[in-house]
Amino acid sequence: MGLLGINMAYVVAAVLFILGLKRLGSPATARQGNMLSSLAMLIAIVVTLADKGIMSYQMIGIGIVVGSLIGAFAAKRVEMTGMPELVALFNGFGGLASLFVGWAAIEPGSSEFMAITIFLSILIGGVTFTGSLVAWAKLSEKISGRPIMFAGQRVVNALVVLAVIACGVMFSIDPSNHMWLYAAIGLSFLFGIMAVIPIGGADMPVVISLLNSYSGLAACAAGFAVSNNILIVAGSLVGASGIILTQIMCKAMNRSLAHVLFSGFSAVSNDKVEVEGEIKPISADDAFYVLEAASSVAVIPGYGMAVAQAQHVVKELQELLERNGCEVNYGIHPVAGRMPGHMNVLLAEADVSYDQLLEMDEINPRMENVDVAIVIGANDVVNPAAREVKSSPIYGMPVINVDKARTVFVFKRSMASGFAGIENPLFYKDNTRMLFGDAKETISTLIRSFE
Amino acid sequence: MEMLGLGAVDLTPVYLSFVLILAVFLGFELINKVPSTLHTPLMSGANAISGITVVGAIVYAGNGKGDMVEWLGFTAVVLATVNVVGGYMVTDRMLAMFKKREK
Repeated sequence: MGLLGINMAYVVAAVLFILGLKRLGSPATARQGNMLSSLAMLIAIVVTLADKGIMSYQMIGIGIVVGSLIGAFAAKRVEMTGMPELVALFNGFGGLASLFVGWAAIEPGSSEFMAITIFLSILIGGVTFTGSLVAWAKLSEKISGRPIMFAGQRVVNALVVLAVIACGVMFSIDPSNHMWLYAAIGLSFLFGIMAVIPIGGADMPVVISLLNSYSGLAACAAGFAVSNNILIVAGSLVGASGIILTQIMCKAMNRSLAHVLFSGFSAVSNDKVEVEGEIKPISADDAFYVLEAASSVAVIPGYGMAVAQAQHVVKELQELLERNGCEVNYGIHPVAGRMPGHMNVLLAEADVSYDQLLEMDEINPRMENVDVAIVIGANDVVNPAAREVKSSPIYGMPVINVDKARTVFVFKRSMASGFAGIENPLFYKDNTRMLFGDAKETISTLIRSFE
Repeated sequence: MEMLGLGAVDLTPVYLSFVLILAVFLGFELINKVPSTLHTPLMSGANAISGITVVGAIVYAGNGKGDMVEWLGFTAVVLATVNVVGGYMVTDRMLAMFKKREK
């Protein structure tokens, strides 16, 4: 197959990628969409093997087999709760691959345009790689999930950016000088680390979406470096989708991307929110009587549900409530958990029907008719201070208005405040009852009461 | 790019940029209305697509010279294939779990 044939096949692959992504947009067709997209990938890879520049298939074959085995093994073995880490890790691999492709594309006599695109694929690839590794380490708690800040961080970051620009200029002028290449790789790695360490665990959905976008842009830049259209098309589709997710996440936190990226949560004001009222704990037995009488229940899960692995018992409780004639819905905040859609995946794993998973805008108008709102391991996303307290750092963030339900049950490990360290007036409201302890155990107790 | 009949001016950058711009706009249109239920599979599915860089790596990994470039290409093939195969499989695994209640 000649160059023309290969490129025509790439056109077919591009069409399939586009149709695949389109179908990924609806739950009924999503699986098929993913299949189409993988078919596109297969076509692109197979026709590339016909390239005349290929002299030996040995390394390609070994590479594909080894990569497939590792990928398949990881995909089969991962627990649904470990999904954010795995996505971060895969992202990082994609970024590093683009870095190597850019590196391999360097040849004597490259034009300046080529040199710039090679530099970009190295830079974005490197940032994606180390950024994703740091995100992975934070998510899997290999390192602290809290923002890492130090004195002079901004100065250091500014210096890194300046060095990156200087290095980019020097590299583009003289791509054959290896000093600039190594400097570019080193700086991109450093840049990725510096970019992600100041970001806290609660902001991870933004970071993961952004890194996702970068991995696409890195592939796109590599596409420019090797003048390959399919890399550019596929890479920019991913880049665009990552940016859209990032925007949705930022909007759901009422923060700008710049604010998430550069300020951590450390700049939170010190004036404590004045909270009136007292905490009213309730035992699982008493909670059972309330639930038994309820005809409408809304469950609002957060990262704590993932930590406690409580999704399966939640589903059991849902079934018991439904058998009791109660209507059960779930209210999912866009940034609940550690990646976009985290809660939806966990509940899908527990076999909860996706039409019961309501978005924030759907559940909020119904909240006044809800008898019991059950908050499991969520904190900031149900904090009424976002509506009521102007001095609160999360003021203005859209939240799920559980406090408008007739009764609120909050499942909570202890009285420590949420990740962001923000006081939550919800716990002190008249209609709120606290169920302290491990969410999974508490729910299991409730389930036994029903049986 | 002589085939475009434009003499010595290399229009490759322009032509590639056109592809980029159109694809970015298309991407925004395609993904703008994805329901939040599908955010994670969308992300991991997109992540698998970003492994397309394997296509760029294959030619280098097969240059048969045993040089640095071949090794770079080889490493990139391994990494990108992990991303592709793992990404698609894990997305499929997730999507298989998304079910609607039979009524």
